[in-house]
Amino acid sequence: MRELSLHILDIVQNSISANAKNISIEIDEQAETDMLSITITDDGKGMSEDFLSEVISPFATTRTTRKVGLGIPLFKEAAEETGGKFTIESKLGEGTSVKAVFGYSHIDRQPLGDIASVMFILVQGNPQLDFYYKHNVGTNEFIFDTKQIRSVLGTEVGLDRPEILSWISECLQDGIQELYGGK
Amino acid sequence: MKSLAELAALREQALSQIHMRNDEQDGVRIVVGMATCGIAAGARPVLSAFLEEVNKRKLENVAVVQTGCIGLCRLEPIVEVYLPGQEKVTYGKVTPEQVAKIVADHVVNGKVVKEYTIGEIDK
Ligand SMILES: Nc1ncnc2c1ncn2[C@@H]1O[C@H](COP(=O)(O)OP(=O)(O)OP(=O)(O)O)[C@@H](O)[C@H]1O
Ligand SMILES: [Mg+2]
Repeated sequence: MRELSLHILDIVQNSISANAKNISIEIDEQAETDMLSITITDDGKGMSEDFLSEVISPFATTRTTRKVGLGIPLFKEAAEETGGKFTIESKLGEGTSVKAVFGYSHIDRQPLGDIASVMFILVQGNPQLDFYYKHNVGTNEFIFDTKQIRSVLGTEVGLDRPEILSWISECLQDGIQELYGGK
Repeated sequence: MKSLAELAALREQALSQIHMRNDEQDGVRIVVGMATCGIAAGARPVLSAFLEEVNKRKLENVAVVQTGCIGLCRLEPIVEVYLPGQEKVTYGKVTPEQVAKIVADHVVNGKVVKEYTIGEIDK
């Protein structure tokens, strides 16, 4: 995995597999304190303490098509090789929170990559779920919240209508570009 | 920044069209594997390319959906195409550059792009 946004896409697939209904993705980029953090929180089925203690090793998986799970170990490694740290908290029946902190300017820190496309793909592929996305770059902030979109659309118009998806795509592209002082 | 007022206007537009929407049952399904193996092999840009192509051609009866691991990790990115009433076709090691041809030949014209299928690339 060469981009942090791809790790995010992958870690969120775990939340979706765990039957989460609400998924929050928070990115905080602070060049001044030399830190970039990514926190993904879900209200899925969670993990037991025993399983959680093993999940950072590639041999912990409940998948059936392959014997090793790679998503979490890869994300952990990406953080640790930048002098950062990785934590995962989970409670059975309540949900899971995964947090990775990276050294912002570390040479091995992967670029964030196309996070707008990743967020779009998540919404497009899972229009029944709610995503809360908060991204800070220095003092700039962008929040994208499907609950807010739903409150405008009402119940008859789904997020997966083509014209709504186009709006969502542009909203994400514009919002993220503005974060970096674009436009 | 996109405005919520614009979104509200789109809602009105969508509502006026909803009753004309035909049943999606006999539509085409394009399924992209999005587990760790798929994502690491480049499934994200492939999925984006399918969404763009379908959008650009305004294909109404085509659903682009995501799935977990298909179980053939070394052939990822894997894409399955289901045409109504036909056996599924599985493409392997798909690149964004191949997407336009798969949509034009297979999805639109019903002609499988044989050289991209897993049977061919695995020879
Ligand atoms: N958010 C979560 N909620 C509940 N269980 C989780 C969550 N994330 C991971 N798990 C559990 O931890 C296991 C390991 O996750 P990991 O992402 O490392 O591998 P995987 O998802 O099994 O396979 P891969 O990511 O390689 O496709 C999963 O199989 C699942 O049982
Ligand atoms: Mg996983």
